[in-house]
Amino acid sequence: MLKVEDINVYYGAIHAIKGISIEVNEGEIVALIGSNGAGKSTTMRTISGLMRPKTGKITLDGQDLTNVPAHKIVGMGLCQVPEGRHVFANMTVLENLELGAYLRSDKDGIAKDMEEVFKKFPRLEERKDQVAGTLSGGEQQMLAMGRALMSRPKILLLDEPSMGLAPLLVKEIFNIIKEINASGTTILLVEQNANMALSIADKAYVLETGRITLSGTAQELAASEEVRKAYLGG
Amino acid sequence: MNSLRKFDFAALGACVLFFAVVQGLIFAEIIGPFWELNIILICINIILAVSLNLINGYTGQFSIGHAGFMAVGAYTGAVITVKLGLPFELALVVATICAGILGFLIGLPTLRLDGDYLAIATLGLGEIIRICILNIDYVGGASGLMGIPRFTNFAYVFWIMIFVIFFIKNFKNSAPGRCCLAIRENEIAADTMGINTTKYKVMAFALGASFAGTAGCLFSHYFFLAHPASFTFMRSFDILTMVVLGGLGSMTGSITGAILLTFISAYLSDFPEWRMIIYSITMIVLMLRRPQGLFGNKELANFMLKLGGKK
Repeated sequence: MLKVEDINVYYGAIHAIKGISIEVNEGEIVALIGSNGAGKSTTMRTISGLMRPKTGKITLDGQDLTNVPAHKIVGMGLCQVPEGRHVFANMTVLENLELGAYLRSDKDGIAKDMEEVFKKFPRLEERKDQVAGTLSGGEQQMLAMGRALMSRPKILLLDEPSMGLAPLLVKEIFNIIKEINASGTTILLVEQNANMALSIADKAYVLETGRITLSGTAQELAASEEVRKAYLGG
Repeated sequence: MNSLRKFDFAALGACVLFFAVVQGLIFAEIIGPFWELNIILICINIILAVSLNLINGYTGQFSIGHAGFMAVGAYTGAVITVKLGLPFELALVVATICAGILGFLIGLPTLRLDGDYLAIATLGLGEIIRICILNIDYVGGASGLMGIPRFTNFAYVFWIMIFVIFFIKNFKNSAPGRCCLAIRENEIAADTMGINTTKYKVMAFALGASFAGTAGCLFSHYFFLAHPASFTFMRSFDILTMVVLGGLGSMTGSITGAILLTFISAYLSDFPEWRMIIYSITMIVLMLRRPQGLFGNKELANFMLKLGGKK
């Protein structure tokens, strides 16, 4: 479904991504794991069009995304939840969700998806008239995810959904990610919390300083000596 | 929502009434020329403040080159009535369009910047426009374009002002307006939601610039001349002060700011050197006591509804 072929990305003179290839099939959860500065977020930003690769190709269902502007990529069915949540802080929860459906005009479909989002995140329904900036970190993460779902993406990109959250909330968020996947949305996930990521993913890639050093099914990686030492704490 | 719409009609009625009273007082010469001038200046300043609020307050792009666009409008309008001898109405339309086009052309490259950098760029652009005009002999160069007929009267400024206010108010509630608000709230999130951020930033910038052009045209046709010295950085700063004083992102705040500061200038017209000092002190006190401005980003109507116990 999503195919990233040998992309190279630069920040000015710095070569941040050195020839990465990723493949995500329909219905999968794919995780990118790695330490700080490995290039996980850069990869995500490049896929969603916020940054451009110097060479290489990104395709979604065979359509070339490489030079499509970010705002058009959303319409093609790829939506990213950016790192650090980025909710519209002075708008209410409801307004945030409505903005998620910005590109759609089917009122009935939007109303139905809104119900779905509220079913997945009951907390958001309780707080729908509250200003988003006053939500807790976990609730903001839920809102950012709910907002992305409102664009009815075929594939959802999640950048560090567990960042800065309490362990209990992390568990809740990951359960919801599984649920979202079960209802038919493909997911590409970037995580530092490798344990959690591998527990729900089908497939995973390990990034180190801009290169993919390991890849395989989640079970394989979780069992691999190297990964256990480096990312899973022994 | 409904109570707000009712409020609109009430406001429109109040506008008609207010217009009738003030126009009557001007006819009866109870309001003398000095205060008539200030009332017209208030209306022009409200147009400027409200249109700058569209850029700075709603879209969150910090622009301080508004005087430049005002100058473009003032000179374009004057060229049309004085040099070409065409009617004032046409001058108003062309001035608006020219300033808007210039805003569009300038907005495209500069709106890639943000924060301080955008402020510096727009400040520079305002000055560039002024210096360019200063060196065009066709429009009088440094001595300005003189002999402009006084076409602007209270009726023109008042109703144009009302039009601009309603236009921007409705723009804010439209889909493109919501996009502008989303950009102000969080540009990255707006981008990932599929909003073409460049398009809406440039749209807001060009709209704001075009209304500044209208105000400029009204301005030059009231004061008989268009002079480069009327459109210095100080003018941009005046407008910015009005917007920030009222509260960035609040339409009624901008209006209040414009009225307040124009009155203060009028009272201080005998000692103009005090004006900037009072301005600065006002700003410093405001930033210390109420950094979000008089109204924050709320509207007067929100406060009134709250007082009335409704929400």
